[in-house]
Order: sequence, then structure tokens, then C-alpha cells
Amino acid sequence: MSVKELTVPISEDAVRSLHVGDTVRLSGVIVTGRDAAHKYMIETFVHPSKSARQDPPAIPDGEREVYRELKRRLRGSVIYHCGPVVRQREEGRWEFVAAGPTTSIREEVYEPDIIEHFGLRGVVGKGGMGPDTLRACRDHGAAYFHAVGGAASLIADAVQEVITVYKKDAFGVPEAFWVIRVEDFPLVVTMDTHGESIHDQVEMASQAALDRLVGS
Amino acid sequence: MDNLTESFVELIRRAATDLPSDVEAALRDARDREVSGSGAEGALNTILENVAIARQNGTPICQDTGVPIFYLNVPRAAQEGCISTQDLRGQIEAAVVKATEQAYLRPNAVDPVTGRNSGNNLGKGFPSFHFQEWDEDYLRAELLLKGGGSENVSTQVKLPHAPLDAGRDLDGVRKVVLDAVYQAQGKGCAPGVLGVAIGSDRGGGYVHAKEQLFRPLDDTNPEPELMKLEERLLRECNELGIGPMGFGGKTTVFGVKVGAYHRLPASYFVSIAYMCWACRRAAMTVHGEEVTFK
Repeated sequence: MSVKELTVPISEDAVRSLHVGDTVRLSGVIVTGRDAAHKYMIETFVHPSKSARQDPPAIPDGEREVYRELKRRLRGSVIYHCGPVVRQREEGRWEFVAAGPTTSIREEVYEPDIIEHFGLRGVVGKGGMGPDTLRACRDHGAAYFHAVGGAASLIADAVQEVITVYKKDAFGVPEAFWVIRVEDFPLVVTMDTHGESIHDQVEMASQAALDRLVGS
Repeated sequence: MDNLTESFVELIRRAATDLPSDVEAALRDARDREVSGSGAEGALNTILENVAIARQNGTPICQDTGVPIFYLNVPRAAQEGCISTQDLRGQIEAAVVKATEQAYLRPNAVDPVTGRNSGNNLGKGFPSFHFQEWDEDYLRAELLLKGGGSENVSTQVKLPHAPLDAGRDLDGVRKVVLDAVYQAQGKGCAPGVLGVAIGSDRGGGYVHAKEQLFRPLDDTNPEPELMKLEERLLRECNELGIGPMGFGGKTTVFGVKVGAYHRLPASYFVSIAYMCWACRRAAMTVHGEEVTFK
């Protein structure tokens, strides 16, 4: 196996060619979002769009610009489960200091709808996600990319530029949507479009080994 | 003995931004053993690159700098070179505040009642201190930075433990340790190091389990029975195949250190401190004016 290069926008063909265990280097513009961001996207954008059955959907005036921007940024890109440590330079520009992944499973209730609604090609985090996200990956052409837990300095170094930030004042620094340009962000595919999850496979195999070792 | 605040800032900086050489070497060996091109190898390569970058930039290896845990051996009172543990505590607290300002430590002390983060890593029982007098005429301070992911998968089991048919003996200990590593999967940021305390009471069990994490990886247990248990557990934990980050692979843990402590007749606890790959421990000794870091 070799390292696969992925560049945003990621095509559906590219993501469907990936398999669990593939090592990937991701480059391009991606967006961070964790607990507050996921709840907000579902409650403010996804649900009103579903219930109103109108175009444009019933989204509050003050949120329309963020919605437009997020739709534009996220289509063909990934959302990164990360609460970064950031620093603001004197001229006002932001930079990432430490930016390791946070545990993804907390977003399981939201992620399938977000993948579908925003046209995500992937989710980046750690620890893996559940069966609903796995199904959404298959149905809509997305993958779960596992970043290396604890690799905070390296990932911050892969962030070439902080382009902008949305909802920072409302959600605070760790929970905001940071739009960043990354280069060669090292990732491993652990859930793919073919219904495979390394997390399920490893848990089952290690359960069998445990049974053998403890003699039960 | 001079005011040691600046020396403790340096101890914290070293712990947060660099790995002990034995740990880094073990991660390199683990990388070399994994299948070329596998996710496990990729994760270990990323880990090793991250360590090099953190060292070079002087930035934290991991953004979760955990609870700073200090173990201090101090000269006996009334002995040459003695120092009040109360003074020492004050100097270490000042050092923790400074190290937080200098971004070597993330502010991690959260009040569970109000939800407020103190912002400077000081709080009730935060950082964690363990003082002990000893017969030497110098001070030895050890620091462990242990993050939340690995702390969350640490566990304590009371033997006998029926679900695993684990009795009150070393084979029972072996079974519950293997189960703890299985339960953790990759969530403690594998590959990890296990500090295990057999016996003691519940509180002492975790304190001693974390003490075991200070032993160098190549340190062999002087107790033959425990040495055999450590070797067997290291081999069998890796047979679980969980691998780096839980991707599957050959190295799930790269160290198992076990200590045995007297227990109550009615209690037989096994306390398992799971340490992530970022096994950030550092030590310093103070002989009079001379401060040495290890």
C-alpha cells in the first residue's frame, strides 16, 4: 500500500476508491467543527430545510450568510472534529498552535444528516463513529478519516493558513468553525464507502484473541 | 536550597515538549515492526514526526497536557539540604502557573460544580502531589503528564472477578489486565504503557500504579514472579492485535510495569494506569545548588 494524495474538492470517485487501512495525505480547504457546531448546523440549517420544503429554506436572516459560506466550503470537503489552540498575530491573522483530533462519537446523532445536507466527502476525527455514519458514508459517498491522537504539533504544522472563522464569538475558540488550508494532513481511512469499519473489525478480532488468552 | 520555581518550569517544559529517549526508541522499534504501508505504520510515523516537531518548536507534544502529577523524594527534616514540603509545593504551583502562561501546559483544571476552568492549572487537588522523605541528602522530583484519553480508560478491578473467571492470584491479575486493554481498544491513544498495582487500597492502588510508569522501559522487576508476569502480559497484550490508534497492528502496548503492595485480607484490587504513547515523564535532582535534569 502506498500513501494516497487527496485534494479538496474530493470527487465521489476518489472517495469511493478508498478502502479501510489506506493511508492518505489530505490537502486543501477544510472546516473544523465539534459539539456546538454540529448541534447548530442541524437545528439552524438542516431541520428547517427539511420541514419547510421551500427554497430558500426558513433560515433566520442573520444566519443566511454563514449558511451560504458553509455550504460553499463544505461541499466536496471534510469536517474536522477539532478544538484547536490558536494564537492571533499582531496584524490580526490567526494561526494554529496545537490541533489534534477530538473524539468523534459524540457527533454520531448529527453526522449522517450533515454529510447528506452539506455534501461532505469525509469526516476527520479520532476513535471512529457508529453504524448510522457508516451507512451515510456508503449512501452519500464519504469516508471517515482517522487523525493521529496526540499529534498536535505536527497537525498544527500541516495547517498552512487560517482563512477565516465563523461563530467564534458565539461558540468560543475551540467550538468555532475554523476554515483552514491544510497541506499533507496525514490520515488513515478507518470507515469507507463499502460498509467497512476498522473499528468494528479490530474489536471483533481482539475479542476473539481475548477469549483465547483468558480461556473463556 | 534556592527557590526552585524556574527549575520546575524547565522540568515541565521538558516533560511537555519532549519524550524520554527510551519511549521514543520503543516507538521507533514498534514502527519498524509494523507492515510497510499499513495504517499502523503510518500512525507511528506520524507520532515520531510529531515528537520531532514538538521538540524543535518547543510546543506541546499533545494539546492535552493532562494533570501534572509530581512525585517528590525529599531529604529528611533536620538533615543537610532539607526543604519544607510546604515551600516546595508553593514553588511548584508558581512554576505550573508560569508554564501555563508560556503555553507548555493547556489550562486543564475545571471546577466540577461550576464548570469553570481556573485558567492556570491550579485548583483543589490540582496539580497532584506525592511527597516522601528519604535518606538521601538531595531532592529528586519526577513529573508525569497524563492526558484525559488515557486516564478515561484506566481502571480498577476487584478480584475475584467472575465474568473472566479471574481469581485472587497472579493469573487472575493477568486476565483483568488483558480485559482492560481490550476494553480500551485504541481510545487511550495506543500504543500505551501499563502501570499496574496489585493490592493496596483503592486510593493507594492508583497512586502506586502511576508510580510504576516512572520505571524505565528496560527496567526488569526484581521479583521473579512479577518479572514473568510483566513479560507475559507484554506479549499477550500485543496478541490482542489492537495496534496503534486501534488500527490493528503488532504493538498495542510497549511496556508493562507491575508492583505488588500489601492488601487487606478482604480486598484484592488490581489498579491499571493506562498511559498513552505520549508517556511524558521527566525527572530532576537537586544537590545543593546543582540542578540536573534527566
